[in-house]
This record gives sequence, structure tokens and C-alpha cells, in this order.
Amino acid sequence: MAAMEGDLVRQEAAVLARAIAEGEVSAEEVTRAHLDRIDAVDERVHAFLQITGDAALEAARAVDRKRSEGIPLGPLAGVPIAVKDVLTMRGVPTTCGSRVLEGWRPPYDSAVVERLRAADMIMLGKTNMDEFAMGSSTEHSAYGPTHNPWDLDRIPGGSGGGSAAALAAFEAPLAIGSDTGGSIRQPAAVTGTVGVKPTYGGVSRYGLIALASSLDQAGPCARTVMDTALLHAAIAGHDARDSTSIDAPVQDVVAAAKRGDVRGMRIGLVKELGGDGYQAGVSQRFNEAVEILTSLGAEVIEVSCPNFEYALAAYYLILPSEASSNLARFDGMRYGLRVGDDGQHSVEEVMALTREAGFGAEVKRRIMIGTYALSSGYYDAYYGQAQKVRTLITRDFNAAFEKVDVLISPTAPTTAFKIGDKVDDPIAMYLNDIATIPVNLAGNTAMSLPVGLAPEDGLPVGLQIMAPPMADDRLYLVGSALEEALVDRWGHLLIEEAPEL
Amino acid sequence: MSTAHDTVDFDEALAMFEPVLGIETHVELGTNSKMFCSCATAFGADANTQVCPVCLGLPGSLPVVNRTAVESTIRMGLALNCSIAPWCRFARKNYFYPDMPKDYQVSQYDEPLCFNGYLDVTVETDDGPRVFRVEIERVHMEEDTGKLTHAGGTTGRIHGADYSLVDYNRAGIPLIEIVTKPIVGTGVLAPQVAKAYVAELRDLMRALGVSDVRMEEGSLRCDVNVSLNLPGAEWGTRSETKNVNSLRSVERAVHSEIERQAAVLTTGGRVIQETRHFHEDTGRSTSGRSKEQAEDYRYFPEPDLVPVAPSEEWIEELRGTLPELPALKRARLQAAWGIGEHELQTIVNAGALELVEAAIADGVDPAAARKWWTGELARIANDRDLELTDLPVTSAQIRRVEELVADGSLNDKLARQVFDGVIAGEGDVDAVVAGRGLAVVSDDSSLLAAIDEALAAQPDVAEKIRGGKVQAAGAIVGAVMKTTRGQADAAKVRALLLERLGVSE
Ligand SMILES: [Zn+2]
Repeated sequence: MAAMEGDLVRQEAAVLARAIAEGEVSAEEVTRAHLDRIDAVDERVHAFLQITGDAALEAARAVDRKRSEGIPLGPLAGVPIAVKDVLTMRGVPTTCGSRVLEGWRPPYDSAVVERLRAADMIMLGKTNMDEFAMGSSTEHSAYGPTHNPWDLDRIPGGSGGGSAAALAAFEAPLAIGSDTGGSIRQPAAVTGTVGVKPTYGGVSRYGLIALASSLDQAGPCARTVMDTALLHAAIAGHDARDSTSIDAPVQDVVAAAKRGDVRGMRIGLVKELGGDGYQAGVSQRFNEAVEILTSLGAEVIEVSCPNFEYALAAYYLILPSEASSNLARFDGMRYGLRVGDDGQHSVEEVMALTREAGFGAEVKRRIMIGTYALSSGYYDAYYGQAQKVRTLITRDFNAAFEKVDVLISPTAPTTAFKIGDKVDDPIAMYLNDIATIPVNLAGNTAMSLPVGLAPEDGLPVGLQIMAPPMADDRLYLVGSALEEALVDRWGHLLIEEAPEL
Repeated sequence: MSTAHDTVDFDEALAMFEPVLGIETHVELGTNSKMFCSCATAFGADANTQVCPVCLGLPGSLPVVNRTAVESTIRMGLALNCSIAPWCRFARKNYFYPDMPKDYQVSQYDEPLCFNGYLDVTVETDDGPRVFRVEIERVHMEEDTGKLTHAGGTTGRIHGADYSLVDYNRAGIPLIEIVTKPIVGTGVLAPQVAKAYVAELRDLMRALGVSDVRMEEGSLRCDVNVSLNLPGAEWGTRSETKNVNSLRSVERAVHSEIERQAAVLTTGGRVIQETRHFHEDTGRSTSGRSKEQAEDYRYFPEPDLVPVAPSEEWIEELRGTLPELPALKRARLQAAWGIGEHELQTIVNAGALELVEAAIADGVDPAAARKWWTGELARIANDRDLELTDLPVTSAQIRRVEELVADGSLNDKLARQVFDGVIAGEGDVDAVVAGRGLAVVSDDSSLLAAIDEALAAQPDVAEKIRGGKVQAAGAIVGAVMKTTRGQADAAKVRALLLERLGVSE
């Protein structure tokens, strides 16, 4: 496989894994190639907050040793991966993109990281994100924005912009993201990559630093549907340390991705997620994808989910409420930043000064909203009401899934916008997640995959597939079929059209 | 700071006002592991050695409910005649404090696991025992906080301290909180009812085996609410005296708060809704934080935990594991032993019920078992600041002492010394008797010598006895007992004395 040599970083994870398993290339060579690529481009992309090069090379050599000793390797053994900085990794600084956690080295691995280690995967480092996953552009990272490899002046989406950009910049073939309201899917959409938010409870949240506990879900990111499925299979499954983890077998997402078939499938087009608020090129590429799905043998019908209209409002009460409590522990008492400990300030003052200095504006905004929404006298009107809307949205989904097998929509209303364009307009920023939020509120599963470039700006457009809880395999059946048809049409993956950095 | 003249005498106070009580009791459950992680719960370990990412609240960590703690809470609820919720959730109680690793406490709010129960308690009155029914509002689960130690400063409190240390070993230890409904109609018995209620709770938890309730380690803490009102009037404003940690303190806290509030009310003042700190040394409380502006804990359902939904079958299974409850047990034993209420109370108050029961089961004479456990052994335990159950005295040892008393080789006074030696670790009964030389002096000739000596020393007494005043013999017997350092059998000395003087009874 000589041709592979120069192109290691452009390979699919599945191809790399096979090549490593067959000894065509060593895990160490693959890892080095990716570290070199990071060296070459990350100054401009800024996908990574931490690069764990030495540990990665050591892990890669261990995989090579295992192979030489004939020890059986997993399906992704030796494949490099980037991990969003929201997951704890023993001994490696974990910041969540916040100053308040600067310097904190967790003493334990998150469940996802444990599984990646168990799968002999090579962790390259931690990727950038909006502070505590609050944002849709990665501009709210305390460590500076990540740049979209398609156009370095544009945002890579958020909060998981670092993971998506790392994929699009060929710095890693796989990445882990976390999705509370679209933080895997929207970055995937605007970077021409694939991302899946698994069913709530499908992937353990143990070690996933909480934004909103009832919405957060870690998930796989990759450049192809099959690679996403392989990673999904590696990280999913029950974990007794997470009470909300589902104790049931994971669907065979890899088999579904291999099969890639929509014949006879009923696909619902969500009426409320489309139309005027969506960029013309986004709607155009989305509609073309719908035609392809029809041509592949799916029956596409329009479905109405009337309560989706209230999803954004409900989400921006539930999320800040939970976040205001989850982020209380960052008080300077035990770890991370501590400000004002000079013998002159009381403990309350040290807590206040630490939080004042440690949190960015968006985090403070949401903590204040959440604190207000949970206050006695307001609880019923805000948090209580939002939970009712959540129930109504779940009912909309249930009703829809009686008629169709999956639902589809554009993932995001626009392509990647310019860095700085919306950073001072929270509402405009929140609207990015209008199509992705309902899935989190209901605990469903969804995928975003690229369906072309918007003609007006030449930037990637994502299509979202939504499935019922514990039906993650349907995402891969549809996603894989659609991807195959698009690749047939284009002659290559969309990501191949990304400009050279 | 309250001083003596700020109070109205207790009886005077309750001649004017009626008290309403409410008691919130926090008890550490005796589970081996914490409420939401697998850390050990043993008391007294080095600071911060029984901690993990979960109970330290490290970012990313998640709680998992300890099933044994849920089970203990349900059993406690059943024993308190409560309804058990078929479905309930944990809630987060949000407030910032350095002893709370997450700056919220996982507790239960409007969905307690157990609710609407009662507990009957008995108090002694001049007219005999009286039973009060204390209604239970709720029993719920929560996690304990860490422990702060404040160094420097004068108050031992966080304000004014030079620095503070936190030990998170206690953070996450499972607690149950038992909240009463308002307790009314107790009148002057209010302090005793409060004390009897807490004592009954303690006995109940020990009987259930859900906690060993080591009050000296702070494993049971009470918040005592007290208000006063004029007869027929609306209830008054209540104060909450926090962290009252012993039975005696519960009684004193109610007593002193009634006196304090009566003084406020009779001088035209207004009782402030506040928390108060109880001081063990003075038996009085001082004002803490005002609660007039209620703290907003922003409770909401804990999203990291799934609801607790005990099945009917499980609840019934747990009901089947309830042991004989203390009140029933006391009634049964009282009947079986044929003793009066007063004697039973003596045994219960000494905390000796189980010990006496066990001793009798082991073949100890019932009267002897009661006598030793509520008498001398209780006194030794008290002197040494030990729980009665911690005394290393076995039923076999009590039996052996009784045998020696029966055959005349020991008297009660010597027997006390034998137990003292046993508890001091000087060996078994016979070893202590030998080691301390405690055998009763029964050699007639040495006793007669002592009697002669005593008669010679008190010739006037000797004359009286010879003259038929037998009751005067006590002085001579006493003198003989003294010279033999108690190691004689007083009855035998008396018999020998009378024989010596040729006098009969
Ligand atoms: Zn722990």
C-alpha cells in the first residue's frame, strides 16, 4: 500500500485500522503522520487545546507491539482520535474551554476515554470548544476561537468546533464530541463532516463534564458514515456508573452502515424545520438530498411537529437551569482557578472573585438565567413550564415516528458564518441550533452528514436524520445509503473539496 | 446573649403558653459505602482518605444510588407506619458552602420516599406513664456534607477564623431525615416528649439495624423547632435550634427555648424566626442566622439520577424483614419478667434492655441480670464514658459471680470489685477474685478475733447488746466489716456476734 504513505492523514479510519492490522503501516507511523499534520496546520486552525504527542506515540508503539505478538486487535486499534476537552482524561489538563479549570488535571478517565483506551485507539489530544459547551461557534472558548478549515475566517460550529475542525483539517480521522443542543451535529454540518448524537443514555456520561445533565450526550465524529459507526460501536453501551445509562444491547450500527439501504423506508420531512429562516443554498442541497432518498426507494412524506416551535424557548430554560447548578462547583475551593486567596478575603468573596474571573460572558449569562428560572416563585412559570413543553415535543416525535421510520431536516439554517458576526448577538447565535435542539429535549438520536456545498458561498451543508430512542441503527441505514449515492454523483467525499491549508 | 433574667421560669411559662414542637432528625445510616459512590464510611479515618471523584464532586463524576440506603430508608419508613412512595425523585438543594463538594446537596424535596407516619412514645408522669403519638411528616434520603475545622479566631466558626480545613470523608455518607408534624398538646411534658421521641427513634433504628446511632460521633443530629402560643390563639413564630446532638440536650434545648420565648412574649417582644445554636456547656442557645428572609435553595429534580420506584413486592419483602419493634418488645419483656413500668423504664433508660434479655437467655437469674446491668455495670460504663454495650462483660461472667455470691464466697460489695477488675482487663472472674484477694473471710476464728477486738473497743455497745438491745449489733458488725475490708459475710458476723454474747434475735 505504497500509495498510502504520503496520504496517511487523508485516509478513512476503517482503512487505517485495516492497514495497521495487516502490517502495511505501523500505528506509530500513522500517529506520527497525524502529529506532523497538527504541527503543520493547527497554528492556523486551532482545533487543539492540548496535544498529547508523547503519550500518543507510546500508545501507538504498544499497539504495534501487541500486533507483533499476535494479540488480537480491535477494529479501530492504532487509529488516532481527537477528544473534545469536555471529557476527563487522567493526568491531561481538562479545561472545558474555561479559565476556571485552567491547570486542572483530572485523576480519572471518563468512561468514553476508558473505552477508547480499551479499543487501543490513539488519543492525540484535547480539542477546543465553547466554554462549558455553551455556544455554536467555538468563539466562546477562553483559549481563542477555532477556524473552519473550509475558510479560516469562518466559525467551525460549536460547541464542538475543535473536534469537527480537526477532522476537516485532516488532523485526525476520528473525534469525540458532545451534543447538548447540537454541538456535534451543527459543527459537522458546517465543516462537511459526519456527527452523531446517540440516544440519551446510549453512551456513558461518566467523566463528561456536565453542561445540562438531562441533555448532554457524547458521540462519534468522523469524515464518513462508516467511520462514525465504528466509533459509535466502540464507545456505546451500558455503564453502571451513569444512572441514566441504558442497560440494553446497543444496536448494530456498523452492520447498518454496511447495509446502507432506504428501500421501503418511510422518511418524514419536518415541516417546521425548513422554509424562510433557512439559507437558500441550504434548502437547495437539502431538497436535492430528499430527491436522492426518493430515488433510492424511500417514501418521503411531510410530517408536522407543531410544538417544535417552542423547543428553543424551553431549551434555553432547561439548559441554563441545570447548568447553573452543574457549574456551581467551580468555586475555587478544590481545584482549578482560585482568585483572592490573600488572607484578606472571606470564603464567599474568594468564591465570587474566582467565578467572576474564571467564567466568560456567555457562561455568566446562562448561570444567571438558570438561577432566575429555578428561583422560588418563578420555578413553575419557567422551569416547570419548559418541562411541559419538553413532554409535548416528545409526544410530537412519538406521533411522527408512528408514521415514519426517521425524520429529516437541514442540520443548521445556514452555512458557516464569519468569526465575530454573531458573537455579540446571543439570540442569533441560539437560532443556529433551532433544528437540532428538539432531539436533545426528547432524548432521541440524530446524525448530520454533508449533502453538498451551498452555491452562494461554496460552504458545506448538512442534513439531519432523526430516529427514535434506541434506533440509532436507522441513522446509519439512511446516512450510509445517502452518502454512497452522493459519492457516486461527486466521485469522491465532499471533504475532498476542502481547500488545501 | 441570653442571661438568666432574660427567661421566665419554665412552669410559669407553661402556665401562660402552649408549646408546639417540631423535630427534624438527621441520622447517618450504617451502610458500608456512601450514598452515591463506593467509598467507605468508617468513622475516624485520616482526613480525605475515604474519597473518590464522585464524593469529591469532581467535574464529570456522577452519582449512583446505594440500594442498601434506599432499603434502610424504606424499612425505617415502614417501622414509622409511613406510606412508601411508589415513585419519587432526588432533588438538588443549591447553596454555596465549602463543605459541599458540588455546591449542591443531593436530597429529596417534594417527593419524599416515606410520608405520613407516626411513632408512639411514652413519658413518665406523676400519674404514671403517658403515651404521646408523634406524627411523622416525612422520611427522606440525602447525602451528608464534609466537615469543616476552623483554625484561629475565637468562635470556632468560619467567621474570624485564620483558615479552615475541610475533610470530605463525611461528604456523601447517607443520611435519613425524619421530620415530625407539629407536636401539640404536650404542655409541661414538652421537653420529655422531645427527648422520649428521639430516644425512641434511636432505639428503633438500632432495632432495625439501619444505624448504630453513635450520638457521641455526631451520627444523630436534631434540629428542634419550638413556638409558644396563648391557649386558643394561632401558633406562634418558631425558632429552630440546630445540631442538638444528645438526648439530654434535646430535653434542655426545648426547656430553655420555652423559657426564653416566654420571656420575649411576656415583655411585649416578638419571637424572631431564626436558627439558634445550642451550647452543651450552658444548656442554652444563642441566636444564629435569621430566617425571616427564607433562603432560596432552588430545588429541582436531580437529573443525574433516575427516579426511585420501589415495587409493591419489594416493599412487602422489606416489611417482612422488620424485627420486633422496641415498644412491642418492651411490653412483651415487661410481662415476661413480671416487672412494673417503673422498673422497665429504669432498664430502658440505662440502655440495658437487650443486654438483660440476652443475659437471661444465657441462663442468668432474671433479677440478677437486671440488678447488675442497670446498677453497677451502668455506673462503671458511665464513669468510663462508655456505652453499656461496649463493656466486655459476658453472661457467663455474671453467672459465675452469682454462683460465688450464692455459696457465700463473695458478697455484693466484693462482686462490684470483681466486675471492675473484669472490665479493667484483669482476667476472668476467678482470676480477678484470686488476683485481688477478694474471697469472703469465712474462717470463724479470725472473725471471732475481729469481733472480740470490736467489742473491746466499744464496751458500752457490748453492754447494750447484752442487755437485749439487739439492734445495737450493727455498730459492731460495721466495725468488723471495716477491719476485714468488707471481705466478710455481714450476716455471718452478726450471727457469730450474738452467739458470742449469748443473745438471741
Ligand atoms: Zn466516594
